Amino acid sequence: MTIQTTTETWILACSTTQIPENGGACVLINDQQIAIFNFTRRGEWFATQNLCPHKQQMVLSRGMIGSSGDEPKVACPFHKKTFSLENGKCLSGDDYEIKTYPIKIEDEMVFISI
Amino acid sequence: MENGTIGQQPASRVVVVGNGMVGYKFCEKLIAKAKENFEIIVFGEESRPAYDRVHLSEYFAGKTADDLTIAPLDWYFNNGIKIYLSDPITNINRANKTVSSHHGLTISYDYLVLATGSSAFVPPIPGVEKDGVFVYRTIEDLDLMQSHAKKAKKGAVIGGGLLGLEAAKALLDLGLEETHVVEFAPRLMPRQIDQAGSDILKAKLETLGLKIHLNKNTQEIAGEGIINAMHFVDGSKLDVDMLVISAGIKPRDEIARLSGLEVGSRGGIIVNDKLQTSDPNIFAIGECALHDHMIYGLVAPGYEMADIVATNLCNGTKEFKAFDMSTKLKLIGVDVASFGNAFIEEPDCQTIVYENKSKGIYKRINISNDGQFLLGGILVGDAEQYNMLLQTVNNKIVLPKDPENLILGARGGAEDNGVGVLSLPDDALICSCESVTKGQICHEVSENKIHTVDDLKKCTKAGTGCGGCVPMVKDLMLGTMKAQGIYVRNIVCEHFDYTRQELFDLVKINEIKSYEGVLDKFGHGDGCEVCKPAVSSILASLWNEMILAKGNDIAQDSNDRFLANIQKGGTYSVVPRIAGGEITPEKLIVIGTVAQKYGLYTKITGGQRIDMFGAHLNDLPAIWEELIEAGFESGHAYGKALRTVKSCVGSTWCRFGLHDSVTFAVEIENRYKGIRAPHKFKGGVSGCVRECAEAQAKDFGIIATEKGWNLYVCGNGGAKPQHAQLIAGDISKEDCVKYLDRFLMFYIKTAEPLTRTATWLNKMDGGIAYLKDVVVNNSLGIAEELEQEMAGLINNYKCEWKEAIENDNIRQRFTHFVNAPEVKDPSVTFSPLREQKRALEWSK
Ligand code: SRM
Ligand SMILES: Cc1cc2nc3c(=O)[nH]c(=O)nc-3n(C[C@H](O)[C@H](O)[C@H](O)COP(=O)(O)OP(=O)(O)OC[C@H]3O[C@@H](n4cnc5c(N)ncnc54)[C@H](O)[C@@H]3O)c2cc1C
Ligand code: SF4
Ligand code: FES
Repeated sequence: MTIQTTTETWILACSTTQIPENGGACVLINDQQIAIFNFTRRGEWFATQNLCPHKQQMVLSRGMIGSSGDEPKVACPFHKKTFSLENGKCLSGDDYEIKTYPIKIEDEMVFISI
Repeated sequence: MENGTIGQQPASRVVVVGNGMVGYKFCEKLIAKAKENFEIIVFGEESRPAYDRVHLSEYFAGKTADDLTIAPLDWYFNNGIKIYLSDPITNINRANKTVSSHHGLTISYDYLVLATGSSAFVPPIPGVEKDGVFVYRTIEDLDLMQSHAKKAKKGAVIGGGLLGLEAAKALLDLGLEETHVVEFAPRLMPRQIDQAGSDILKAKLETLGLKIHLNKNTQEIAGEGIINAMHFVDGSKLDVDMLVISAGIKPRDEIARLSGLEVGSRGGIIVNDKLQTSDPNIFAIGECALHDHMIYGLVAPGYEMADIVATNLCNGTKEFKAFDMSTKLKLIGVDVASFGNAFIEEPDCQTIVYENKSKGIYKRINISNDGQFLLGGILVGDAEQYNMLLQTVNNKIVLPKDPENLILGARGGAEDNGVGVLSLPDDALICSCESVTKGQICHEVSENKIHTVDDLKKCTKAGTGCGGCVPMVKDLMLGTMKAQGIYVRNIVCEHFDYTRQELFDLVKINEIKSYEGVLDKFGHGDGCEVCKPAVSSILASLWNEMILAKGNDIAQDSNDRFLANIQKGGTYSVVPRIAGGEITPEKLIVIGTVAQKYGLYTKITGGQRIDMFGAHLNDLPAIWEELIEAGFESGHAYGKALRTVKSCVGSTWCRFGLHDSVTFAVEIENRYKGIRAPHKFKGGVSGCVRECAEAQAKDFGIIATEKGWNLYVCGNGGAKPQHAQLIAGDISKEDCVKYLDRFLMFYIKTAEPLTRTATWLNKMDGGIAYLKDVVVNNSLGIAEELEQEMAGLINNYKCEWKEAIENDNIRQRFTHFVNAPEVKDPSVTFSPLREQKRALEWSK
């Protein structure tokens, strides 16, 4: 069971214009690589780990985003394994899971909580 | 437990000895049937959990031990299976029903399953113990071979059977200068194919670089501690510094023997139809089991055995019956298959043989004397029909009137050869690895509305073993859907209900220029990694605009998005265009300087140009700025676009050259550079029939003749090589270019996504004759339109790297961290390789 902390600390990641529309980019926060996705089509933002768990590659932010049914997802550029942007579950039938992080936009700035 | 019956008891403890392919399959089957009723404990002798031994050879072709692993250790934990690795069972105490392990564990069992497999059979030749002599069975064996091969030059394999030839291919892959195959019998694969098939196979393998010796009996392995030669009974001798013995298998029955279980006189643990050994609580499955005097050295019968024991432990009543031993060899570049009764001869049957020595094809089918049934056969050089023929034998399908069509295929354009997948009976076994029948597959398609191969794989497991049945599964699915009146079209993906060709026309008529525009107008949902690149390619083929403009960058595959190929570790490669392979000394110096400055690994590619590997994303714009400054352009190595037009030196220098092939190649490469297509395409121009540019292996190939040029189309190298076919002969340069324009544009407009020209042609109704009609005879009346469209693309060409570096907006995208643009990805690391460097191996 996960416990939602009530005292989330929000960290400024970048400005909204730095992430391409309907695409992703990577930010460096406390030595961690975080992938941020600007899903303009859905009017939603997502943040996940940048590391693809399949072959340990730092690339998820360079993947294509899209949907499977209603679920928003990202496809790793290497072997096209796909992951839910909502809960991090691998949608291509493997046991992997990626971390997702809370994200919010204020005054055209992107904040995440890690 | 009563004698001889197998009953279900709550939480019985099952101990499995051996964690190979079959031992694993048994666990999987038992868990799936009744997880709660059993406590499973597994002992494995090897240090890693079960891996895919069938595809072991791919370890030398780049697969890692991890890739080969069937299920990670987590799988065992999550399913409550206790597993002890590197701890073989050394003793069975049948009276107390316990086993004890090498590390000293003693564990009691209710049922014991022996899945100990087999080991390589090593004949007692003096000298087998010497250094440099190997067997080929486990990942450890391969690691040992790999390290020895570094200092070896000449290798040999004893055994010309299925496994021996695979081992020989592995030696080739390891880079040995010479590889010999030594076979005792007068032919190769003596258990599978006949003399004529062996002759063709031998010729084929020799072109791959193997040296084959038949009728050779090895007398001694010579050398001081380490092998240096083999001596044969006929007095001859072969100098080698590495040897792999692959002369058969020996069932691992040693613990069974020790505990007094019955074993065969030539090895193997004797089992009955329920796979019980002489002790009814002990079972043996896989390659260690001897059923009806037979050891099955293949994985499919082993899987069947695993299923039977798991079923019977859950109160089922399945029995093992003699299993089909049909096989297909996986050697890359040579198809070999044998099925059913391959060796039966006249007068017991009628035999039809097709042999084409120049193409290296041999096919034989054996037909019952009344002409009704197929009994068996052999295929060498082309085993495309294997699945269908096997089904025809196994299901006793009545043959069509002209059975020779079964091996000659459709001739004269007619497609139907009388036996289609849908005519198979419902219980026809389609996937023998997972024993899935036609009925099961069709049921999922018609009742549960499963309409993609991936989903079928998930719900039936068909095609997840060796993968050989996947084409059949697809045909069955499509056939069933058609039979139900579902109009089957190869729609792009869940977001577009159109085929690529339909979408191409819609985008064109409506003049849409961005991915989002196409999705809004013709699609639904948010797109995905399948339709994004497919639509991007259509947009590029139609308008030839800068692919990164108009927000289209995020709809590109990573390679197109960053105008470079992504590689292991997340760096990129840089390939400038070197048209026709021609380059000035000045430009060579520039490449050297740039590579040195940015620390790039350089290599001459198979496409006659130079690749620089290992560039950081952040460095790409600066690298290209310097290259463009020196007059280079993008080589589109990352795009589904023209790659290279390979040339031979031709009449400018060569004494045989008929025309100037270099100039022609340079012109053609510059003509089509940058043009996007459903897949990449390549060309070649040779100055005479000696064909040094390998033009007939390319999507289009041009060869000089006395009278002009011959134009060939739809060739392919790669995984499934295919020769290009002549579409026009002895034509002028101008006609050649005209036909090429039409041909390429027709391909661009009508092929499915990611379909090379060869595959496109293979699927085309009417084949090359039809294509020739369209391109040369203008049978559709679209020739002029095609030429004009091509002219539009050619006129719109711009070097996209030049545009990228000149556009600040685009340039900014080439950073790893948007909030720290000057920081390069710190996770990128290299390891040294000769005087250069290489990407780090995938971790874990
Ligand atoms: C660099 C090079 C190997 C080399 O060191 O020589 C190479 C490297 C790659 N090849 Fe190749 N191929 C290279 C020549 C070839 C050739 C030989 C040729 O062109 O004459 C072939 C066989 C000919 C053919 O295509 O018919 C070839 C058949 C393939 C295939 C299989 C295509 C097929 O239809 O079966 C793939 C996979 C694919 O495209 O889907 C592939 C894919 C690749 C990719 C792009 C794999 C990938 O997706 O990452 C490799 C990119 C490496 C990189 O980071 O740049 N490469 N590849 C060669 C680059 C040539 C060039 O200058 O552009
Ligand atoms: C290179 C190669 C290519 C092949 N290609 C094909 C092919 O194309 N098609 C095909 O159908 N088959 C192929 N095979 C054969 C196939 O791999 C085997 O049929 C299959 O692996 C048999 O499975 P198994 O579990 O019975 O034996 P194995 O996979 O050998 O597993 C037995 C395991 O038990 C362990 N063991 C032994 N004794 C003990 C003990 N006392 N305690 C604990 N553990 C023990 C062994 O170390 C081993 O890990 C190939 C084999 C090889 C080597
Ligand atoms: S193909 Fe002909 S012209 Fe070209 S190099 Fe070979 S022999 Fe010379
Ligand atoms: S590394 Fe991401 S899918 Fe393989």
